[in-house]
Amino acid sequence: MLSRTADHLYWLGRYLERAETVARMLEAEQQLALLPRPAEIAARSRRATLVALGAHEAYDQYAPDGHADVLEFLAFDRGYGGSIVSCIARARENARAVRGAVASEMWETINATWLEMRQLERRKGPERTRALFDHVRQRAHMIRGVTVVAMLRDEAFHFLRLGSFLERADGTVRLLDARSSSTAADPHGEDPHEWTVLLRTLSAFEAYRRLFREAVRPQRVAEMFLLRADVPRSLRRCLIEVRENLRVVANDRSAQTVRIVGSLQAQLEFGDTAELASDRLPAYLTDRIEQLRRIGEGIARDFLVSEAVA
Amino acid sequence: MNRAWDEMIGADGRARGHYRGYSEWLLAQGTERLAAKSAEADALFHRFGITFAVYGQAEGTERLIPFDVVPRVLPHIEWLHLEAGLKQRVSALNAFIADIYDAQDILRAGRIPAELVLCNSQYRPEVQGIGVPQRIYAHIAGIDVIRNADGRFHVLEDNLRVPSGVSYMLEDRRMMMRLFPELFARCQVAPVEHYPEVLLANLTSVAPRGVDNPTVVLLTPGAYNSAYFEHAFLAQQMGIELVEGQDLFVRDDIVYMRTTRGPQRVDVVYRRIDDDFLDPLTFRADSSLGVPGLMAAYRAGTVTIANAIGTGIADDKSIYPYVPEMIRFYLGEEPLVENVPTRVLRDPEDLAYTLAHLDELVVKEVHGAGGYGMLIGPMASREELESFRARIIADPARYIAQPTLALSTCPTLTQAGLAPRHIDLRPFVLSGREITIVPGGLTRVALREGSLVVNSSQGGGSKDTWVLTGAS
Repeated sequence: MLSRTADHLYWLGRYLERAETVARMLEAEQQLALLPRPAEIAARSRRATLVALGAHEAYDQYAPDGHADVLEFLAFDRGYGGSIVSCIARARENARAVRGAVASEMWETINATWLEMRQLERRKGPERTRALFDHVRQRAHMIRGVTVVAMLRDEAFHFLRLGSFLERADGTVRLLDARSSSTAADPHGEDPHEWTVLLRTLSAFEAYRRLFREAVRPQRVAEMFLLRADVPRSLRRCLIEVRENLRVVANDRSAQTVRIVGSLQAQLEFGDTAELASDRLPAYLTDRIEQLRRIGEGIARDFLVSEAVA
Repeated sequence: MNRAWDEMIGADGRARGHYRGYSEWLLAQGTERLAAKSAEADALFHRFGITFAVYGQAEGTERLIPFDVVPRVLPHIEWLHLEAGLKQRVSALNAFIADIYDAQDILRAGRIPAELVLCNSQYRPEVQGIGVPQRIYAHIAGIDVIRNADGRFHVLEDNLRVPSGVSYMLEDRRMMMRLFPELFARCQVAPVEHYPEVLLANLTSVAPRGVDNPTVVLLTPGAYNSAYFEHAFLAQQMGIELVEGQDLFVRDDIVYMRTTRGPQRVDVVYRRIDDDFLDPLTFRADSSLGVPGLMAAYRAGTVTIANAIGTGIADDKSIYPYVPEMIRFYLGEEPLVENVPTRVLRDPEDLAYTLAHLDELVVKEVHGAGGYGMLIGPMASREELESFRARIIADPARYIAQPTLALSTCPTLTQAGLAPRHIDLRPFVLSGREITIVPGGLTRVALREGSLVVNSSQGGGSKDTWVLTGAS
């Protein structure tokens, strides 16, 4: 397929997934706000979310005195490219550019998502952030459903999935990062509530219970979302999908990128859970994010950036 | 001005025969139901993104082309006659274009003044002598047809460069089937959805000789072009790649597209970009929409472009009055469907008559487009008439004049209920091994009361067009 089309589809997948990641992170924050916490712990948690998303510099520019609502900013600010509304708008622009390459139902679902999001933008009041998170969560499921059911298993499908799974991997690591750096600074030790809330917003609390019949412990949560192949959004599972989609679209340049994916997979498969202890976890996660970034660069170079004209 | 012909209601105040089925259904509806269905259609068009972008506005400002839920119905026998006339006309037009870029027999026979053609800004000397597959230049022609007060069809204008609107024809039909399925059981309407299939077959058939399984692409200016929806829609319906100029490159006079698996050769380009912007090395150098070197490949015969370069010479208003002459010259036949009677003001007699009857006539600039640069005599003020008179006298060759037509009307849903509004019809004529016309076409409607201007850029809308099958 056209390199430019592949580029649009890959980024469509990434932006949709990113919107969902941000929505889930913010939902976790909203739920944590319901717990009795000292103000500085709440502030630290929100700061950790900003840093994990790489949004802290943008936020500091937007609100130098730090008094703007972090959730509103990450949900609704059009000036910030990583806000939920910006991600959905970009996803829709990418979809529109390739509407001929995806099933009509797919385009319509994404377009409807965007139209309803714009209606939500026009609402006022604190209710609207919660409404947006609900909207994004439901729509993400719907779009995934349409993709799986309606799309021909051609290159369009695979580039879309490549973008989705790579972004999901990245999102998972950042979700863990936000919690771990937020609680790592806690002089009283780990706060199980934060981790429980994280599990719930990822619809994974019951799964945790089934896997580990014990109280919620950060190291176990990290293990679940990094190392376990049976957990749908774990880093390990996402990389299996990335590798499979890369295999289908492989060209004569992509071998190096596949090698990077494979080597990261090996680290996860044969990794030692001791690496996930709370004092070592933040550094571990930072390394993973860097590896994922290199994989993304590799994909762009192999498939998306067009060669110079002879 | 004559009283306009109404498509639905005859002189006796009753529905015409071919409209009876629909009219009975309509009487049983309330206007509220129609209005509710109309609102439903709008919401769906928005949802499906069947919109066009408005230039220069903030992100996502898109508008609908207004859609009217009352269809325009044509009886089968009328369609047969119109279809024959359109096939004849397009056949002659293609023969004309092929002749102009080849031996120019019609000019040597003196049937058309040579300078009208050779000094025309639409004449492309760059393609003189370059043959095209099957001598077809206008693979897709949009012929604008109106019905006059006497009930007869006339051709108003030919569109042979980048004719558009067919996606609305197709989507209007889908919308009607969705809104009023019961009507399609009651009325036998000829289907239209095979258009993309026919077009693809035709495009494939004009691939350069010897190419097996040709690669056809649709070249678009991009997602910010106002007609982008149609480009994406057609590409998708035909199952071909939608490309922009930057996706293509030319190497050794062969056109390639940049794919995830390296360059892939392109054989046929269905272009929705004007000649001027197609190749910065040959035409406008400032165009970033085109493909440098495309003309070199075209000359080498390694790529077919549809519609071919240079078709504008045949749809120019100064050439329009000579189309009947083309039919006689190339086919030896009399036109089955006539032009609107036209006076060519470079001719002194026509000029004199026009100046003497300016307040009765419509005067158009030969190089105008889209309803601009036009005088509608009966509606003009004293000052407008005088100022236009001065313009004509200063340069008569720039103008043609036609009687004010009473375009036929069709009942249309307005704020105040159903009311007649003026319409025209644009059938799309596809030329390949055969000439195929999908029954009907795009009916455009002037939504403002009394207005004769149907262009969407000036507030026009569209209706579904129903050609009844022979069985009804």
